[in-house]
Amino acid sequence: MRNAVGREIPDELLNTGYEGYKGKFYRDGTIFQKQSPRVRRYGKPQESKVCQSIREACQQCGAHDGMTVSFHSDFRNGDYVASMVMKVLVEDMGLTDLTVAATSLGNAQDLIADYIAQGKVIGIQTSGVRGRIGEVISQGKLKTPAIIRSHGGRPRAIECGEVHIDITFLAAASADPLGNAKGTGGKHNCGSLGFAVLDAKYADHVVIVTDTLVEFPNLPAAIDCMDVDCVCVVDEVGDPAKIATKEARVTKNPRELMMAEAVADVIAATPYFKDGFSFQTGVGGPSLAVNRFLEKHMTDKNIKMGFALGGMSSVICQMQDKGLVEKLLDAQDFDAVAIEHLAQHSDRHHEISVSAYANPANKGAYVNYLDYAVLGALEIDTHFNVNVTTGSDGVLRGAPGGHPDAAAGSKCCIIVTPLIRNRIATVCQDVVTVTTPGDCVDVLVTDYGIAVNPQRQDLEDCLDKAGIAHVDIKTLQEKAYQILGTPDDLKWGDKVVAIQEARDGTVLDVVRQVISI
Amino acid sequence: MIPRPKPKKFRLRRTMMFMNAQKPKLIRDAYIYGCDSIILDLEDAVAENQKDAARFSLYHALKNIDYGDTEVIVRINGLDTPHWQEDIRCVVAGGADGLRIAKCESADDVRQVEAHVLAAEREFGVEEGRTLLMAALESPKGIMNAYDIVTASPRMFGCAISGGDFRKSMHVQIVRGGIEMLTARGLVLLAARAAGVQCFDTMYPFIDDTEGFEAEVRQNREMGFDGKSIVNPRQIRYVHETFAPTEKEIAYAEKLIRSFNEQANQGVGVYTVDGKMVDIPFFEDAHRVLALAKACDVYRGDL
Repeated sequence: MRNAVGREIPDELLNTGYEGYKGKFYRDGTIFQKQSPRVRRYGKPQESKVCQSIREACQQCGAHDGMTVSFHSDFRNGDYVASMVMKVLVEDMGLTDLTVAATSLGNAQDLIADYIAQGKVIGIQTSGVRGRIGEVISQGKLKTPAIIRSHGGRPRAIECGEVHIDITFLAAASADPLGNAKGTGGKHNCGSLGFAVLDAKYADHVVIVTDTLVEFPNLPAAIDCMDVDCVCVVDEVGDPAKIATKEARVTKNPRELMMAEAVADVIAATPYFKDGFSFQTGVGGPSLAVNRFLEKHMTDKNIKMGFALGGMSSVICQMQDKGLVEKLLDAQDFDAVAIEHLAQHSDRHHEISVSAYANPANKGAYVNYLDYAVLGALEIDTHFNVNVTTGSDGVLRGAPGGHPDAAAGSKCCIIVTPLIRNRIATVCQDVVTVTTPGDCVDVLVTDYGIAVNPQRQDLEDCLDKAGIAHVDIKTLQEKAYQILGTPDDLKWGDKVVAIQEARDGTVLDVVRQVISI
Repeated sequence: MIPRPKPKKFRLRRTMMFMNAQKPKLIRDAYIYGCDSIILDLEDAVAENQKDAARFSLYHALKNIDYGDTEVIVRINGLDTPHWQEDIRCVVAGGADGLRIAKCESADDVRQVEAHVLAAEREFGVEEGRTLLMAALESPKGIMNAYDIVTASPRMFGCAISGGDFRKSMHVQIVRGGIEMLTARGLVLLAARAAGVQCFDTMYPFIDDTEGFEAEVRQNREMGFDGKSIVNPRQIRYVHETFAPTEKEIAYAEKLIRSFNEQANQGVGVYTVDGKMVDIPFFEDAHRVLALAKACDVYRGDL
């Protein structure tokens, strides 16, 4: 069948119980039973849950062939823990048929690509896949299709029991011997542990991995010791240089600055830009710079931001310190300044779980209260569908993250991207993979002009009133093709290598094997 | 091949942005930033042994890129170099809107360039007289000869003062407030207005010094410049905002024009508006302000 974004979803997938995407709020109001983990009692007092090794913890938690393990990505590309644990499971313990459910996978977990190729890892479920793992999956080497879910879709799937985690291995900056764990207070701090919180509640077994063991009780903790089975102490949980930069830098690239300024102008021209407005913040090239230009509009109009949501950086923290932002709701931190800020200002800088942030099945995720989301794109098509999952060569190399969640929840979702990236048209006729459906996207800002989704006539009127020029998105796509030529169609194999789930668990798109890479 | 419409001698030129003609990544879409003119540079930005390569890149850019409404000017090498004649052939063959004569010092310089431009137009079958000229005045001698220079050819749409070389000849450094260039700026402006052509100020070299840049732009406007050379797209917006007529200026111009129409119908010549005596030159200036406001896209009225 063709789903609501015009993608052909194969019958064999629909026969397994999947439905095709039917619009952004199709499952709103439906009732479901939350799943619960199968846990072991620790009734008898114990002095410590510290294990001698990761292997001992795995054995204690009943690690076995065919199980599903999970990891979080708050240590980003600096994470050592996922690879460390997978090595023990596969190489030391000889386990096989494993499924890895992670909040994101990238170069730091390249080792898993080998295990996929060897058939040891047969399933991948993640909100992002980059590096060699994406390549081997696209080559068709993973036994079952990878499942790509957004930051909100992943906790939904866990709560609904679509994925059941046998053991979660949660890297923490500091922990006490009974398992109270946090992202600060250690040798290698990542700040918020927003990605880890839900797994601690829903996995059958919870193993904390830290390099800084502190005295009990390590409070306030992101992960509560009552949920923890084992604590492992290792030399290093990550590479500090890759966990967070010292301070996120605002770009000096004139093209990015121009786009950022245009985004801020669009925001200031819409009716939601008033005292107490809310804003999804991140650190991509132009989107960080948007903060700076927004600051100018806020000062001019003498208004403050109610809350900023998402990934925190020095820029948004400094805006809060100047009194321009009431609250920071922090699912992850990108630089050392933000990590320190979270530790210092618990009254106004709050750690939140990704489930609270984005889960469409909870009783009101924070994204639902967003006025503005400013997001990037690898590709956007003339129907405003966005791809942040696959490259233009069809290979998995992107991270949907919270993109589809913030887009669906916010009143005004602005995509900002250059028209052309390295001789590839960003604005195209049809995206390779639909990650965020066009019915969630409102405005596109490029270096060659602005386009408004025709379903948002109200926003078009706002821009007209403010004297902000805009064009049909088709004009932008044609301009890109005029400069670059029309791209050839990709050549796909038959095998479905990945399923791109919508936030609500329907199928937005499938990714097929690439013929040659 | 992208045909460009015939260049307009008088048009809005608030910002003239310099770009190295040898850098395809820069020049391939320089128009997106919204400056009024771009100046593709064959002179100082290009190393001595890269002049051929730069001309090649420039020619193909002119032939293949649609710069739309953005004016495309080329800065050619000085008349004391072995490059300028070939530069002119390249500019004319490529169909640029005009060229900027670097280090122009006399009316003869202009006439010499004009002769080569005309020859090139004939050689490449380009409409005669199509290619416009502007002069960069970079030396005390050039500034002293400004009037002769800007009146030396009907192709001449204006002149720009160029601070880098000028300050060196005067043994001065750039100073806050611009005292070191005050006389030169004044002389060049007088010459341009006397000749009825446009006048552009030099670029501000410290990209990150926003405050200094903005102060200089405000002074440029107060002195009567038509526009400014710039070296980074980040500088465009402030210049455009500063050179556009203010709401107050527009309101006053509207009032003048409306009252003039009424008074003229009743046969009155001189009268007062807001307590100030006004006559014909005021109305001409009011029309200029409204025309500029329209060109800057800040006019929302119906006159």
